[in-house]
Amino acid sequence: MSETIIHVENVCKYYGINKNAAVKMLNEGVEKDIIYKKTGVAVALHNVSFDVKKGEIFTIIGLSGSGKSTMIRCLNLLHRPTSGKILFKGKDISEYDKPELLDFRRHKITMVFQNFGLMSHRDVLGNVAYGLEIRGVPKAERDKKAMEMIEMVGLSGWEHQPISSLSGGMRQRVGIARALANEPEILLMDEPFSALDPLVRQDMQFELLALQRKLGITVVFITHDINEAFKLGDTVAIMRDGKVIQIDTPENMSANPTDDYVRAFIESADKSKVFRVSQVMEIPTCMMRLHDGISHALNEMKRNGVSSIYVVGDHMKLEGIITLDGLLKIRQENRPLKEIIVKDIPTTTRDTLISDVLPLAAEAKYPIAVVDDQGVLEGIVTKAAVLTSLL
Amino acid sequence: MEFLLKFPFRWNIDMDAIDEAVRGFSVRHAAFFDVIKVGLREFVSLLQTILGWVPWWLLILLAALAGWKISGSKKIGLLYGAMLFFIGLIGYWDLMNITLSIVLASVVISLLLGLPLGILISGNEKANTIARPILDTMQTMPVFVYLIPAVMFFSLGNAPAVIATTIYAIVPVIRLTSHAIRQVDPEVIEAAKAFGSTKSQTLWKVQIPQALPTIMAGVNQTLMMAMSMVVTCSMIGARGLGNEVLIAVNRSEISRGIFSGTAVVIIAILMDRLTQGWVKNDGVKQS
Ligand SMILES: Nc1ncnc2c1ncn2[C@@H]1O[C@H](COP(=O)(O)OP(=O)(O)O)[C@@H](O)[C@H]1O
Ligand SMILES: [Mg+2]
Repeated sequence: MSETIIHVENVCKYYGINKNAAVKMLNEGVEKDIIYKKTGVAVALHNVSFDVKKGEIFTIIGLSGSGKSTMIRCLNLLHRPTSGKILFKGKDISEYDKPELLDFRRHKITMVFQNFGLMSHRDVLGNVAYGLEIRGVPKAERDKKAMEMIEMVGLSGWEHQPISSLSGGMRQRVGIARALANEPEILLMDEPFSALDPLVRQDMQFELLALQRKLGITVVFITHDINEAFKLGDTVAIMRDGKVIQIDTPENMSANPTDDYVRAFIESADKSKVFRVSQVMEIPTCMMRLHDGISHALNEMKRNGVSSIYVVGDHMKLEGIITLDGLLKIRQENRPLKEIIVKDIPTTTRDTLISDVLPLAAEAKYPIAVVDDQGVLEGIVTKAAVLTSLL
Repeated sequence: MEFLLKFPFRWNIDMDAIDEAVRGFSVRHAAFFDVIKVGLREFVSLLQTILGWVPWWLLILLAALAGWKISGSKKIGLLYGAMLFFIGLIGYWDLMNITLSIVLASVVISLLLGLPLGILISGNEKANTIARPILDTMQTMPVFVYLIPAVMFFSLGNAPAVIATTIYAIVPVIRLTSHAIRQVDPEVIEAAKAFGSTKSQTLWKVQIPQALPTIMAGVNQTLMMAMSMVVTCSMIGARGLGNEVLIAVNRSEISRGIFSGTAVVIIAILMDRLTQGWVKNDGVKQS
């Protein structure tokens, strides 16, 4: 996770003839609109630097025209930077000769486009297999691989359909399948979900996360939606007027915005999509072991002033919950505690976004248990804590 | 005052000298033009022989089947067959074959030259700037003007007819091919490049297939323009239905004019509909 896969250093991209004059004005701090009026040079990127770590999702966010598309296209040299360096695994990609560049694009880095960039003259299978086809993979083999990808993105049965028969969400699934078929190390995504309607977009975000975690691929993801950036990004870079103004984790960025611009951006975000369970969970105080007995349970509840208690086994493994009602019932009938453990209780994990536990929290009769992937109880989240975090 | 009302200047062009020069050129290179002339004449008669081999009923059957398949309606198929049958009925079957062979020869040459030219122009800004005014001129020049050099270099007959027709009909296929390739969605081309396509892979696997419907529209227009030259070319000795119309005009034979004219129209309509249907049916293909 810590190894740098892409290193971007002082990358600039100017469109126009009179670049020197523009650079001079830039160094004097003149606004890019004024520079464009005076010199006719459009400043798309100015001294952009960042590192993308292997296996992370690196999101770039910014308003329209801030240079996001230009930046991401520099990473696979669809655009060539005017100056600056881009290293892939320590090697300067601008020094690649033609075959090396083709090889880089065919094996290491692929791209997903805002308006899908699909070829309407090919069916779904033909689109997904395109990358393999041009690098000379035999037909049977590339079709097999493409079918796997089509299945992975949930489009089985659609492989021989024309693109025109697919909905927007399905088209972008084809785009993703096509990009993954090459088994790249890096996936570039330029506002891949911006053209989709909100519900479809949420599904796609979720699936992208699942795919990315499964494949361990590095993703550079562009969006103009701060919620999307924070939800998906391990690291978020904010761009403005061709410059990167802050790079941080979503949590750090919302806690310490560099300047008012970033702050305004973050305030536009829905906080439930920034904060995670780990930031609002509490240490469970009211707990018992299975063999602790009825009177211990009653005492604990009384002491904490609650009407339910978590039951844990060895190594803090969560067994379930016992409610006061249940306890009172078996105390009279003298039955074992085991019978009244409620096993089917809502749980969540530390990394879950608050927005995703909101519905759970609203419904839950007791606090939600936070467990790790071994089922070990790590904390609890109360309805009150969830709701106050949003204020 | 006279000066203001009447154009006062006059450049005395020595037109005779120009004509003489061109004629001299054609005489000096007569051998070269003869080779082309013979080649074209042979090409036309080859097509004519091939068309002659096709039995009349087979051609009618094919037209009917194609019409049915393309339009999805049996009635239209029958109509196309009947229209062709009518040409035979009024005695123009052989003349139709001659006309078709001249038109097809011109179209084949137009495509052989026009498609590559269109592709070249689409990918090269400089070539485009040079080609555009030339194409504009070719398209707006009155067609009769083409007849003169065609006759000067290739004398009379089918060869100059093919040349004049080609010059006139080649424009749309060049134009629309170039235009079609240029208007392919830039994001699709970016995608092709991003996956590591070479220039020629991008051209052949993405740009041309994506542009194909528009290119086919250009082919269709070229075919129609070649058809529209049929009568004009009869003035420089092309035989076939056009010649029949010309005779009718010269002799003021109304009925002959109407029948031969109708035959030309029928052929034009059939070729137009059949090639247009081909464009539309050319939908998704598999990899
Ligand atoms: N080919 C070009 N010629 C001139 N200016 C350009 C060109 N491409 C992009 N730009 C300018 O670069 C800036 C950044 O554009 P872009 O990277 O597309 O931004 P974003 O993707 O963030 O909306 C814009 O101001 C745009 O006008
Ligand atoms: Mg953009």
